[in-house]
Amino acid sequence: MRRVVIGLAGALALGAGLVAPYVARAEEAPALPHMKWSWQKNFGLGTIDRASAQRGFQVYNEVCSACHSMKYMAYRNLAGIGLSEAQIKAIAASKTVPGPLDDEGKPTTRPGLPSDHFADPFPNDIAARSANNGALPPDQSLLLSAREGHADYIYALVGKGYVDPPAGVKVPDGLYYNTYFPGHLIHMPPPLADGLVTYADGTKATLAQEAHDVATFLYFASYPENDERKRLGVRIAGFLVLLTGVTYGVKRRIWSGIDH
Amino acid sequence: MAGLHTSDFKNPVVRWIDSRLPLFTLMSKEYGQFPTPKNFNYFWNFGALATINLLIMIATGIFLAMNYTPTAADAFDSVQRIMRDVNYGWLLRLVHMNGASMFFLLIYVHIFRGMYYGSYKAPRELLWMTGVGLLLLLMATAFMGYVLPWGQMSYWGATVITNLFGAIPLVGQWIVTLLWGGFAIGDPTLHRFFSLHYLLPFVIFGVVFLHVVALHITGSNNPLGIEVKSSQDTVPFHPYYTAKDSVGMCVYFLVFAVIVFLRPYMFSEVDNNIPANVLQTPNEIVPEWYLLPYYAILRSVPDKLAGVCAMFGSILVLFVLPWLDTSPVRSARFRPIYRWMVIALVADMFLLGHVGANRPEGSFILEGRIGTVLYFGFFAALPFVGWLEKPLPLPESISRPVLSSRSGGGGGGPLPAGVAAKPMEKA
Repeated sequence: MRRVVIGLAGALALGAGLVAPYVARAEEAPALPHMKWSWQKNFGLGTIDRASAQRGFQVYNEVCSACHSMKYMAYRNLAGIGLSEAQIKAIAASKTVPGPLDDEGKPTTRPGLPSDHFADPFPNDIAARSANNGALPPDQSLLLSAREGHADYIYALVGKGYVDPPAGVKVPDGLYYNTYFPGHLIHMPPPLADGLVTYADGTKATLAQEAHDVATFLYFASYPENDERKRLGVRIAGFLVLLTGVTYGVKRRIWSGIDH
Repeated sequence: MAGLHTSDFKNPVVRWIDSRLPLFTLMSKEYGQFPTPKNFNYFWNFGALATINLLIMIATGIFLAMNYTPTAADAFDSVQRIMRDVNYGWLLRLVHMNGASMFFLLIYVHIFRGMYYGSYKAPRELLWMTGVGLLLLLMATAFMGYVLPWGQMSYWGATVITNLFGAIPLVGQWIVTLLWGGFAIGDPTLHRFFSLHYLLPFVIFGVVFLHVVALHITGSNNPLGIEVKSSQDTVPFHPYYTAKDSVGMCVYFLVFAVIVFLRPYMFSEVDNNIPANVLQTPNEIVPEWYLLPYYAILRSVPDKLAGVCAMFGSILVLFVLPWLDTSPVRSARFRPIYRWMVIALVADMFLLGHVGANRPEGSFILEGRIGTVLYFGFFAALPFVGWLEKPLPLPESISRPVLSSRSGGGGGGPLPAGVAAKPMEKA
């Protein structure tokens, strides 16, 4: 039995050793900065830094949302980053969303409600492309979860990636050079800058801070269940550890009469 | 009374039911008194754990299906609705999603145990073959389930896998059209995959039943691979193995919970968080981890039809394993050559898995081919190994070696039969 375990462990180690160098295969881009995100703290049990996520929402609301939709998020979901009901109502009411048809069958608009999903900046994809030089700004609900590198990638892309192109690289009109974007040529102009927003909580709005906060908010948008999931998980895992101990004790006791 | 089952139960209600429909007798016989070898190690937990996993998948799947929309336009959105708006929908989905990985983890260990301890050998050939059938059904179910969220990897994975059937001569293209429900992957494909994904688990359930019936006819194998000689070698299933299975179950739940609650996305591809896009192929199309070795075998063969045959052959060959292995000894403990062959096969599966996760270029091509040759080499070598190998001496009985190692220290000499038998008489 012990030999089997050793053999299996050896095979696993061999497999892991073979796989490891390729898991993070770099795409012709500099290595991503490895940040310590709030949800990665405490052995991955961390919850989302709500202050940062709220600032990130402010950046999204004032900057990103001009071009990017976030269709799976509803204003009520903002309770998950600690906004109060009154704040959510006010944010929703400041938006215009499609309303019911009027008596003549014409489309109307109305102020948003907490139950509404985030208002789209464009009525459809064609309008979005036409306003953005032919490129479609991706929906941001799952943007972070749909990119290799997750928050590190988002942070690097908008916070550090816009640099002068290396000598000899011609950047066509309407495109921008970004070291972290696959292929390096991106349609999105540098979205963030020092002092672009004035944070409600008084934090100094540096480029790095904005990028960090927006990545935190996008993490929340992709994984809104993060905090609840981890809180529940710790309790369930703790219970199961105890149950395993008790069950093992019972098993030992039952088997104590058997020579095996 | 004529025609009624003679029930041993005292409780009048139980007795009334049991004499008409002897479910209580059945359960008591098959899961209560069922004589089970007393020398199982924890590898013998995995069949029961896989059954529990199946029940968890069915339970979560039923509730997911209540909230899922199987249309190309709405499938992706409905999954996000489950994640965000359905009460504990995220939990249902993360359990179901990672439950697939857990299932394969359990099944692969279960198969390893069967191969290492020779559980496939006579008289357990049909038990083994129903198990291989279950593996195939599980793979089909998992594949179709992976298509349902309709992300990029769902769509393109479905494209790659369904197109494989096109390699079959004459009827290939007809089969592909039948799978797709048209001339491209779209709504009809998703509808039928959803329907089959709901159906197959119940087929699996039925085959599990056959698997268990076959098991209870032959009885369980054991780590020594020798037959049960007397009642001294066995214990009743309950409470001994219900207790031991419960320990395994707790550990399994713990591992499952840690994955679901703390690392739920470790097995998923980022591309599947992008809705399916017919016009944009992802950079790399990779199947889920549990299918990677077979994917590597497929891509290691330069010809499409031959590749498809090799891939399906790599699993179908398991059906004839009981007849390929000519050795009369079951357990690898007593088979010096076979033991290392099985361990090498496990290492080879890791090699193939690693090849399957990468683009077939550079050294991966050679590694994949070596891995494929080694995989089939294992089965090709088996008939000769049985003839060549000199097995170690087998213990006299299941009780014997255990008792002697306990009392002798350092596995001393055989004990007088009377001494060995004594501790068991009260059981």
